Amino acid sequence: MISQLSWKVGGQQGEGIESTGEIFSIALNRLGYYLYGYRHFSSRIKGGHTNNKIRVSTTQVRSIADDLDILVAFDQETIDFNFHELRQGGIVIADAKFNPTIPDESRATLYAVPFTDIATELGTALMKNMVAVGASSAVLGLDISVYEGVVQEIFGRKGEQVVAKNMEAIRAGAQFMREQLGDNIQLMQLEKADGKKRMFMIGNDAIALGALAGGARFMAAYPITPASEIMEYLIKKLPQFGGTVIQTEDEIAACTMAIGANYAGVRTLTASAGPGLSLMMEAIGLAGITETPIVIVDTQRGGPSTGLPTKQEQSDLMAMIYGTHGEIPKVVIAPSTVQEAFYDMVEAFNIAEEYQCPVIVLTDLQLSLGKQTVEPLEYDKIEIRRGKLVTGELPEIPDKGCFKRYEVTEDGVSPRVLPGMKNGIHHVTGVEHDETGRPSEVAANRIAQMDKRLRKLKHIQFPTPVHTHVKHEEADVLIVGFNSTRGAIEEAMERLERDGIKVNHAHIRLIHPFPTEEMLPLVQSAKKVVVVENNATGQLANILKMNVGHAEKVFNVLKYDGNPFLPHEVYTKCKELF
Amino acid sequence: MATFKDFRNNIKPNWCPGCGDFSVQAAIQRAAANVGLEPHELVVVSGIGCSGRISGYINSYGFHGVHGRALPIAQGVKMANRDLTVIAAGGDGDGFAIGMGHTIHAIRRNIDITYIVMDNQIYGLTKGQTSPRSEVGFKTKSTPQGSVEPALSIMEMALTAGATFVAQSFSSDLKELTQLIEEGMKHKGFSLINVFSPCVTYNKVNTYDWFKDNLTSLSSIEGYDPSDREMAMQTLMKHKGLVTGLIYQNKERKSYQDLVPGYSEKPLTEADLTISKEKFDQLVAEFM
Repeated sequence: MISQLSWKVGGQQGEGIESTGEIFSIALNRLGYYLYGYRHFSSRIKGGHTNNKIRVSTTQVRSIADDLDILVAFDQETIDFNFHELRQGGIVIADAKFNPTIPDESRATLYAVPFTDIATELGTALMKNMVAVGASSAVLGLDISVYEGVVQEIFGRKGEQVVAKNMEAIRAGAQFMREQLGDNIQLMQLEKADGKKRMFMIGNDAIALGALAGGARFMAAYPITPASEIMEYLIKKLPQFGGTVIQTEDEIAACTMAIGANYAGVRTLTASAGPGLSLMMEAIGLAGITETPIVIVDTQRGGPSTGLPTKQEQSDLMAMIYGTHGEIPKVVIAPSTVQEAFYDMVEAFNIAEEYQCPVIVLTDLQLSLGKQTVEPLEYDKIEIRRGKLVTGELPEIPDKGCFKRYEVTEDGVSPRVLPGMKNGIHHVTGVEHDETGRPSEVAANRIAQMDKRLRKLKHIQFPTPVHTHVKHEEADVLIVGFNSTRGAIEEAMERLERDGIKVNHAHIRLIHPFPTEEMLPLVQSAKKVVVVENNATGQLANILKMNVGHAEKVFNVLKYDGNPFLPHEVYTKCKELF
Repeated sequence: MATFKDFRNNIKPNWCPGCGDFSVQAAIQRAAANVGLEPHELVVVSGIGCSGRISGYINSYGFHGVHGRALPIAQGVKMANRDLTVIAAGGDGDGFAIGMGHTIHAIRRNIDITYIVMDNQIYGLTKGQTSPRSEVGFKTKSTPQGSVEPALSIMEMALTAGATFVAQSFSSDLKELTQLIEEGMKHKGFSLINVFSPCVTYNKVNTYDWFKDNLTSLSSIEGYDPSDREMAMQTLMKHKGLVTGLIYQNKERKSYQDLVPGYSEKPLTEADLTISKEKFDQLVAEFM
C-alpha cells in the first residue's frame, strides 16, 4: 500500500481530457484524499496536446509531484511528450486503438486498454474517458461505487439511461484493467483515506467566494486567461445577493467602472491578468489620488505582451508594486494557498475601505487554476470593516461649502461620505486637490495632500504578512518565495533538512508595503538567502535587497520556461550552493 | 424644492469668456432643478479637457476622472446606486476619440444615465489640435495642411449602435438645451445629447455664426417623428448631421438595470455585506 501517487491524463484538447481528470479527482476527493491538480493547456479551443496531472495523497499536498506513477494516454503524443516524467516502475494505460508504444520498456509497463472499443460497444465512443477512469480506479484499488453519486450529478439531467451507461463504462474499464494487472494489482493500491468531506477547488473559485463573503456585490471585468473563472462564478452567484457582473468592453472600462461603483459605496472588484492590468494602470492612479477603495485581482501568467498566456509565471510583481505614473498608496497581497486566497480577498476589501486605496490581490496561474483540496473555511473569521465611512446625518455646511472629504488627518485617512448623502457634497478629481476636493496647485497643499495619502500605509495592519516556517535560530539558508511556489519550497526544505542543511522558509504574503520588520531578522540569521521565483530577473529578490539589504548573501533560483517549480528543482538549486 | 441657483457653487470656471460650455453648465443646473432634484441626489461625472471641468462647477456630487473614461465611471456609479441621477459630461475628444469604445458600448448597454457632449470640433485644452469631429480640410496645429480624415457622423453612429435617446443642441439655445437635458434625465435608459459648444479661442471655422447659418431645427421639419428611426437616419444624412432637437427616442426598450436578472430593485449600496452561515455553508458545499 502507498500513501501517495501522481497520475496524469493526456490527449488532444477538446477530446474529454478535462472531464476525465475532473471525474477521477471528484471521486478521490469524496473518498477523503488530498489532491493537487495542474493542467497543461494551450490557448486554443480544440486540438493541441493537453494534460491534467493530479497528485493524490492521504495528507495535505501543495505541489506538483516530481515524477509520475500512472500516465493515461489517449494518443501517442501524450506518451512521447510525458514519458520522461514516469518513475521507474510506473505504468502507462493507453487506448489500444492507436497501437501505443513506449520508448523504454525497462522503465515502465504499458497496458493497452481498448478505451474506445469498450465505450463504442456500450453505446458511444464518447464514454472512452469513463473507461479510462474505471481503469485508473482499478489500479488504485478504489471502490467503484463512489462514482455513482458523481456520475449522477454530471449526467443526471440527461436521464437514467445515460447515467447507467456511464457507470457501466467505468465498471468495464475497471474490470478489464484488473484482469490485465493480474498479480501486479498490489503495486499501486492506495491506503484508505479518512473519508472526510473537504472542499476541492481552484484558486479562482476561492477568490470569487472570498469576494462574495467579503461583501462584494458588483464586479466589472473583461475575460482573460487565467482570471475568467472569477467573473464566471460571480455571474452565477451575485444575483442571489441582488448584485451583478458587467462584462465590459475592455479592462480600462472594467477598472474605471469598478472605481465608479466603489466611489458610490458598493464593494466592487475587477480581475484580470498582465495585459489587462497594463491597461488599468492609469485608472489605478486615479483610485490612488481620489482615495477610492478598489480591489483588483491580477492572476499572473507568462509575459510580456501576450507572452505565454496559459503558462505559469510570476513576473508582474514590480509592475503591481510600482505600476501607474506618479506615486500613490497601494497594497499588494499575494496569497500562497487556496485558503489564503479566500481570506485575503475578504481582508483586501476591508483594507481597501479602511485605507481608501487600491488593493491588488496577486496570484499566479498555478494558484488560480491549480485545483486543490482545501481545509474548511471558517465562517467566523469573516469580518467586514468599513473604516471611516460616515453614516447618519451630517451637519449643514454654510455658504455652499464642501465636505472635507480629503481632510488632513494624523493617520492620513479622511472621513468618507457617499454620493446621495445630504450635506456631504464634495468634489472628486484626479487633479491634485485641497481638502474639499477642489483642484489646487498650491505647493504647500500639494505636499500636505501627498504626505497624507502616503502616510496611510505607514501603520498598515495585516494578519501574518509573512508565512514563516522557522525551525532554526541560525539557518544555513533562508528560502523566500511568494504565491504558488510554497508547496515546492516546503518539500525541498524537508529534503534539505534530511541532508543536514538547516533551512528556514519565509513566504511573503504582504508584498507591498514590504514587511521589512518581519523579514530583516530572518535574513540576518541566515548564512544564505535563496529567493525562488518564476521570472527571469529576480524581482522579489531585488525587492528584498532593496528593503532589507544584505545583497551579498541573496541568491536567485529562477524559472521562466512557463512551468511551475517542482520540489526537486528547488532542492537541487539550493543544494548547489553548498 | 431646489431651484437652479441651488445647483450653483462658488467656483469660477476657468473657461474662456464666450465659451459655449457656460450655457451647458447653466442648462444642467436648470434641468436638474426642473426635474425636482436636490443637489445631493445628482452626480456629475466628467472626463478630461476644458469641458471636463464641468463637474466641479455644479453644486452636486462630482467626479472628474481620467481622459475618455467618464462613461464607465458614471455607469459604475449608477449600478451601485440606482436612486442617484447620473450625468456624464465631456468633450468630443473625450467621448469620440479616446473614449469612443466606451461611448459605443454605453449606448448599446443602455444603463440609465445621461451623457452630454460639449462638441467644439477641436482640442482646446491642449491648445488647438484636430478632433474626430473636425471636418476634412480643417487646419489646426496637428493638421497644418488641413485634416484629411473625415469627421465622425456621431448621431448616425449612435442610432446604429442601438441608442434609445439621441438628441442634439446648440449652446446658444439655452431653452431647448435645458429641455432636452430634462427629457434625457427622465428617459429610462441611456440618453446621448450632443451639444455644439463653440470654442471661441481655437476654432475659427465652427463659430456661433457658422452654427446659426448651418443648423436646422427638427421642429421646423413638418411631420418629423422622433420615434421613427429610419426617418431619423434619413434626416441626419440629408442635413449632414447638422440638426437640433430630439432626433430619436425609443420608449419601449427597458434600461439595462430593468433587464438584468437578479439585480436589486433597491440601491446596491444598501445591500447587506454579510452572508448568513446557512448560505455560506451552502456555497461551500458546492465545492465538496
